[in-house]
Amino acid sequence: MAIEIFMPALSPTMESGNLVKWLVKEGDAVESGTILAEIETDKATMEYESIDDGTMGKIIVAEGAENVAVGELIAILLEEGEDTSALENISAGKIKAPVEVKAEAVPAVVTTAPAPVAATGDRIFSSPLARRIAAQKGYDITDIKGSGPHGRVIKRDVESHQPSAKTAQAAPSLDGDAPYIEIKLSNMRKTIAKRLTESKQTVPHFYLGIDIELDNLMAARKELNSMSDEYKISVNDFIIRACALALKKVPAANVQFGGDVMRHYDRSDVSVAVAIEGGLVTPVIRGAEQKGLRQISEETKALAKKARDGKLMPEDYTGGSFSISNLGMMGIKQFQAVINPPQASILAVGAGEQRVVVKDGVMTSAMVMSVNLACDHRAIDGAVGAEFLGAIKRFLEHPSTMLL
Amino acid sequence: MIKEKFDIVVLGGGPGGYVAAIRAAQLGFKTAVIERESLGGICLNWGCIPTKALLRSAEVFHNMKHAADYGLIAENLGFDLDKVVQRSRGIAAQLSGGIAHLMKKNKITVIEGEGKLVKSGHLAVSKDGKKIADVMGDDIILATGARARELPHLKADGKLIWTYRHALVPNVMPKKLLVIGSGAIGIEFASFYNELGAEVTVVEMLDRVLPVEDEEISAFAQKSFKSQGLKIMTSASVTKLDKKKNSVICTVEDSKGKARTIEVDRVIVAIGITGNVENIGLEENGIKIDRGHIVADEWGHTGIKGVHAIGDLTGPPWLAHKASHEGVIVIEKIALDKGSKEIKDLHPIDKGNIPGCTYCRPQVASVGMTEKSARDKGYKVRVGRFPFMGNGKAIALGEAEGLVKTVFDAKTGELLGAHMVGAEVTEMIQGYTIARTLETTEAELMHTVFPHPTLSEMMHESVLDAYGKVIHF
Repeated sequence: MAIEIFMPALSPTMESGNLVKWLVKEGDAVESGTILAEIETDKATMEYESIDDGTMGKIIVAEGAENVAVGELIAILLEEGEDTSALENISAGKIKAPVEVKAEAVPAVVTTAPAPVAATGDRIFSSPLARRIAAQKGYDITDIKGSGPHGRVIKRDVESHQPSAKTAQAAPSLDGDAPYIEIKLSNMRKTIAKRLTESKQTVPHFYLGIDIELDNLMAARKELNSMSDEYKISVNDFIIRACALALKKVPAANVQFGGDVMRHYDRSDVSVAVAIEGGLVTPVIRGAEQKGLRQISEETKALAKKARDGKLMPEDYTGGSFSISNLGMMGIKQFQAVINPPQASILAVGAGEQRVVVKDGVMTSAMVMSVNLACDHRAIDGAVGAEFLGAIKRFLEHPSTMLL
Repeated sequence: MIKEKFDIVVLGGGPGGYVAAIRAAQLGFKTAVIERESLGGICLNWGCIPTKALLRSAEVFHNMKHAADYGLIAENLGFDLDKVVQRSRGIAAQLSGGIAHLMKKNKITVIEGEGKLVKSGHLAVSKDGKKIADVMGDDIILATGARARELPHLKADGKLIWTYRHALVPNVMPKKLLVIGSGAIGIEFASFYNELGAEVTVVEMLDRVLPVEDEEISAFAQKSFKSQGLKIMTSASVTKLDKKKNSVICTVEDSKGKARTIEVDRVIVAIGITGNVENIGLEENGIKIDRGHIVADEWGHTGIKGVHAIGDLTGPPWLAHKASHEGVIVIEKIALDKGSKEIKDLHPIDKGNIPGCTYCRPQVASVGMTEKSARDKGYKVRVGRFPFMGNGKAIALGEAEGLVKTVFDAKTGELLGAHMVGAEVTEMIQGYTIARTLETTEAELMHTVFPHPTLSEMMHESVLDAYGKVIHF
């Protein structure tokens, strides 16, 4: 019996996905574990592995197809000993959108562009193909000089056409709308838009700001990094560990608002926002309170690389109650972040810098970093948030306490 | 000793040369053609035309053999090979005579002999080794054509081992025949001799027959040839021909180097074409030659003042209609450069719009890109297919085997290529060629009314199929 392969749900929230690329072709042998295709979910581009052995019998959804519903038949695998006649057993009704480009975005209704007329009222001779390409490129065919018989405008004229002075002058004239291009949203961009809008509209944010002195931390970091070339601990690694420990210390902050329940976590899963091309993702360091700085550092680096390569798996970015967003390396002094639902808080981290501080009535300088904690008031009240932020500050200002 | 000055002198009277000469004469140039053998060249005397005459005999014979399918009675079937060949030669002679008449009508001087470029503007003509003329011309068009390519171990002797030239005038009907090469020439002869009862084996170095055609069409044709009894060995090459008294023992190696021998009466070598670049003064004048062909620009200019080259001499596709078209373009360009007001909108030939036809059974015809080449070039394509089985006229003719395939650019609707196999497709391909030249999109092809009942309706249906609107299948 041929094996039907359906669009997989590669993340809990996935309803449909884009079939980016087939990595096997019809007739290829497939074993359990062979990567069949790359599928773009709402979060990332993921590899889809076969769980069966066999031969790729028929690819039903062509690569490049968008918004293929989870559960839709995308290919048929033949078991050992079967030939293509087994494909006939798959009921035709299941096979939608007969392959090829029929899945590609091509206007279904085609109309013939009418023959254009010059401003003088004379008919412009042009080939149908030239008219269609001109329309697709947004050119006015009456602007294009024809090189075909009797000056007929043909494909090569449109392809070699430099948009005329008319269009070229329009841009610097500064009248009307600025020129723009429209780029279709990626699935990631759609997800960012949907979730952060939902967050700002439904989650009652409040914000707590605090300054943290980093001189002790910088000294500890320098010492650690000078002892070995095998690792390089960053300030951010300290922040991840400090936050994880603070969540443990203030368990009331390690929560998620769940409608009619409150979810209390027993482990500190800390999400870290990573900017990638076209958006951002938030891979999670699980059980960060149980992990040393070196392990945190290595995991963060590995996850950031996976994120940039678009290879994060759902288990790499789902869950957790808390995120860190650090724009300090970009020189931002302080900012407020939007909570990543369903989490309950997010720490916005600014740049560490030398500032004047007063200690014992004397002005002196210290390395200071401003942070801002955004909390979901449904889950975390002001006092809890303040206690949590205070704990983070204490760990960071006295890094040796992180050893306790 | 003749010594005469012309505006334009054409070296070679084949379909490139004589057409160029006629166009030159039309434009008022004083024109001469130098021809060493017969006007009309290979095409008319040893190629396109005489093979079509032979294949027509084969086709009629095939129909006679199938008379019963049509409710007809034909008994004691047979053929007279000499008469079949005679008919073919007669047709070639008739048409060559026709060209001579055209030359006369256009007041073109025909000089019989072998021409050689002395220098820019000067050709020397000799006959039987004796110089007979000095011909001067402001512009000289080299159109000496091409001949069968041979390899040291695959050399024709005209007796046991033939090129197309010998295969056109067989003195005996071979019982067993080996054809080396499955391009148009090899396959047409294989088809002809197979029809007349020879046991034919075709050896092709590439992995499919008619390798320039669309893969699907190749596969379709190959299957059909096999069902007619042709033996086809692909991914194989002939490494040795061992001539016996009246047979040849051929060693054929497959792609893994495994060799086998086949004994046949005759061998036809059809492994390609090489330009006639020798002894016409090319090297002496610094004209560049690359792999047996003259290097010329898109207007046929060789880089030497007033010296142009057209047709097979300049490389593939080796097709008479390409040579003729280039002949017209090169002459019109000369006229344009001399200030002619008559020439407008002149462009070099678009090789993507040159159709190709193979007259085997079933026939094969195509224009433009194959599906694979279109995809390789990055096009997103829409592909339409229509089988002869779905066409009323095809079934009425008893020709229900064939396929019409169209390849469109999904984005612009440009017809990128059309590929056909089946009865009379060589007559139909022109419809798609016009569509390509006029740059119609799928929309105009769909709006075109095709007459019923014709085979051409399949051209419509194939377009409809590419857009999911096919009616009869």
